[in-house]
Amino acid sequence: MTAPAIELKGISKAFGPVQANKDISISVMPGTIHGIIGENGAGKSTLMSILYGFYKADKGEIFIKGTKTQIPDSQAAIAVGIGMVFQHFKLVENFSVLENIILGAEEGVLLRPSLAKARKELAHLAKEYELNIDPDALIENLSVGHQQRVEILKALYRRADILILDEPTGVLTPAEADQLFRILDRLRDEGKTIILITHKLREIMDITDTVSVMRRGEMTATVKTSETSPEALAELMVGRKVLLRVDKVPATPGKTVLEIKGLRVIDDKGVERVKGIDLTVRAGEILGIAGVAGNGQSELLEVLGGFAEGTGSIRVNGVALPLSGKGADGQARRHAGIAHVPEDRQREGLIMDYTAWENIVFGYHLDPEYQSGLLMDNTGIQTLAQEKMDRFDVRPPHPKLAAKNFSGGNQQKIVLAREIERNPDLLLVGQPTRGVDIGAIEFIHQQIVNLRDQGKAILLVSVELEEILSLADRVAVMFDGHIMGERAPDQTDETELGLLMAGITEMPDKPIIQAIDEQFDHQQKEREGEQNG
Amino acid sequence: MDFLTIIQVLDSTVRLATPLLLACLAGLYSERAGIFDIGLEGKMLAAAFFSAAVAYATGSVWLGLLAGIASSLVLSIIHGLASITFRGNQLISGVAINFLAAGITVLVAQDWFQQGGRTPSLPREARFNPIDLPLSETVADVPILGPIYSELISGHSILVYIAVLAVPLTWWVLYRTRFGLRLRAVGENPAAVDTAGVSVIGLRYAAVMICGVLCGIAGAYLATALQAGFVKDMTAGRGFIALAALIFAKWRPWYALWSTLLFGFLQAIALRYQNIELGNFVIPVQFMDVLPYILTVVILAGFVGRAIPPRAGGEPYVKER
Repeated sequence: MTAPAIELKGISKAFGPVQANKDISISVMPGTIHGIIGENGAGKSTLMSILYGFYKADKGEIFIKGTKTQIPDSQAAIAVGIGMVFQHFKLVENFSVLENIILGAEEGVLLRPSLAKARKELAHLAKEYELNIDPDALIENLSVGHQQRVEILKALYRRADILILDEPTGVLTPAEADQLFRILDRLRDEGKTIILITHKLREIMDITDTVSVMRRGEMTATVKTSETSPEALAELMVGRKVLLRVDKVPATPGKTVLEIKGLRVIDDKGVERVKGIDLTVRAGEILGIAGVAGNGQSELLEVLGGFAEGTGSIRVNGVALPLSGKGADGQARRHAGIAHVPEDRQREGLIMDYTAWENIVFGYHLDPEYQSGLLMDNTGIQTLAQEKMDRFDVRPPHPKLAAKNFSGGNQQKIVLAREIERNPDLLLVGQPTRGVDIGAIEFIHQQIVNLRDQGKAILLVSVELEEILSLADRVAVMFDGHIMGERAPDQTDETELGLLMAGITEMPDKPIIQAIDEQFDHQQKEREGEQNG
Repeated sequence: MDFLTIIQVLDSTVRLATPLLLACLAGLYSERAGIFDIGLEGKMLAAAFFSAAVAYATGSVWLGLLAGIASSLVLSIIHGLASITFRGNQLISGVAINFLAAGITVLVAQDWFQQGGRTPSLPREARFNPIDLPLSETVADVPILGPIYSELISGHSILVYIAVLAVPLTWWVLYRTRFGLRLRAVGENPAAVDTAGVSVIGLRYAAVMICGVLCGIAGAYLATALQAGFVKDMTAGRGFIALAALIFAKWRPWYALWSTLLFGFLQAIALRYQNIELGNFVIPVQFMDVLPYILTVVILAGFVGRAIPPRAGGEPYVKER
């Protein structure tokens, strides 16, 4: 019997008072794909960072290929054949692909021979695994999908036979994700061991051989993928039964609430991020904006929310709103009936050091009902905050606790409670469930649907295609600052939307991934052109 | 303005640009590795004093140079400890080093020499003296090229030539060696270096030490070559001008040479032309003296193009969480 490629015994790790990993044991056989699934903060990434020598475990033993191994730093991990693709890439942005590949794995003191060798090796790897990439391109000019390729190539160049991928599909279009999985399949067939960390149940079901579930720092189960189901895994992750689909009746759209015409946004670096888009959202419907992160969705939300400037026209309930200068601020937008649940709740949605009750009135704190003479009516606000927190099931239900002490899901509920309870005509929602645990996702989705059913207009931006497909009544796909098209969610599928997300409007006659590649190459050329010009 | 005057001004430019160039390259190594260093000034000052003091005491300018480098290295280690090991604020550490150097040099100078915070004048043999390059006498009479060679190129101290040679050397180290690749990477994204299995701390200390050595040479040059002895605050803001030149040079070695030459040129002009008369209007000497500083402010205010500093500059490296 062969020894497991990786065996962890009793790994524990604490960050201050937070026990990120508690007595974790796991064993992964060579030539398999092992999934690790769990909610945000369950300790998946910490565990893998320990295996890669990025963190040091407080307790526990690591066996690699049957041998007890100390992994005090990443160098030791690389030496025993472990490679890791982090969720946030560890690439030097203004270096070329080649330079990033050899960094830390140079042949000698001088660079020239190392670069030449890496160039040859890269061509070889590209052919073998369909990982085509221009070795001289700068990382900052590459699409995120291609940047990820560089990370994988980095690991392969170092002859890794154990590959750890942390949430690899979060930044990919569906077609790119499929291609990644084909590559992983291929690597497995060659006998390499792969650990896939994800929070997406579908990916686990599609590709893994075995799966471990983590919850609150503990490993709650390890099962064969073929012997489990998404529902069973979700229950193991959350600790109770969860509904994976959103319950909703067909929308009954009313009058137009939001009308956007020819909207353009130029960011502070002078790059045009939104390139003239037209959209309408009607009362009682959810318009979902799908797209890979960084294609102008954030800027769209910022302009609508009043904290970025743009040109073009925006009308809410028929009234034109200023897009720059006086009156183009969050306060004015709120008065116009727009509520906003921002994409980055920790930076834009909350003040982390303020209490929950302060956050719950923030932005509306000048409203007459919160005043008591010259001062704010703090007692009244606290009572009100308590009621709202109860209604939105915020746990723990303590208004005096600082926002930073709540979990991601509960922070989001605080933001939602603030925005929804003000009864807006239009709700802007960005990434409502990013970093939110499954149990809370269910609740948040239900709140958004309820608001729609009350006849409010909702503009939803999300990079999670599944979320868009299950919530939205209409789907618009954004790519490179343009709206590529609109679809009804029940008349489209992930393949079609995935192509739109890559900027391709017609079904190509060549393989999809090749078409996407060409599209991204084209974009890269454009960016390089802008830099030189 | 005749040809000889031009040559003399340029000659003076080279001499005045040398300490700026050395300090600028020192800052380049440090900042390319992600460690901001506004303590260049203090390190040069300390090196200026200790090199002069040791050169005076021993009569050997080379021992003086070593003492200067050593004192600058001590301050570098302090900066390294504060900003790399203890992850403190790099600006505050730099400011502290400047104050420390300004105070301690005068204090120790007064204690050792009792001359009001200065060292005695260095005799000729305790200084770096001009070197006449071969044939400089012979070709001096050749028109144009002759004076350029014998006046401008020849006749500087060894440290000037070291400074100029440090430019291609730095370029080569930065862009052609493994160390340079890693150094640039650690200033851009230390996490990439760390996960590639290379020590971030080791690299950053190496950079800070190189910075110390170069600042040491710059300081020694001030006190034992440009002038003959140490006087209070003799760096006169050169460390800060070097920082401005570094930004102007966009953190690149060859640009550093040109930008420090520009600053040196302005200083040379101010030195040469005390009052410039333009018709009825006289530009006072104070204005000329202040020119390099005005240029510094203009550059630091960001009027000269877009300079993108190393992305991880100024931030201590902490693994996530």
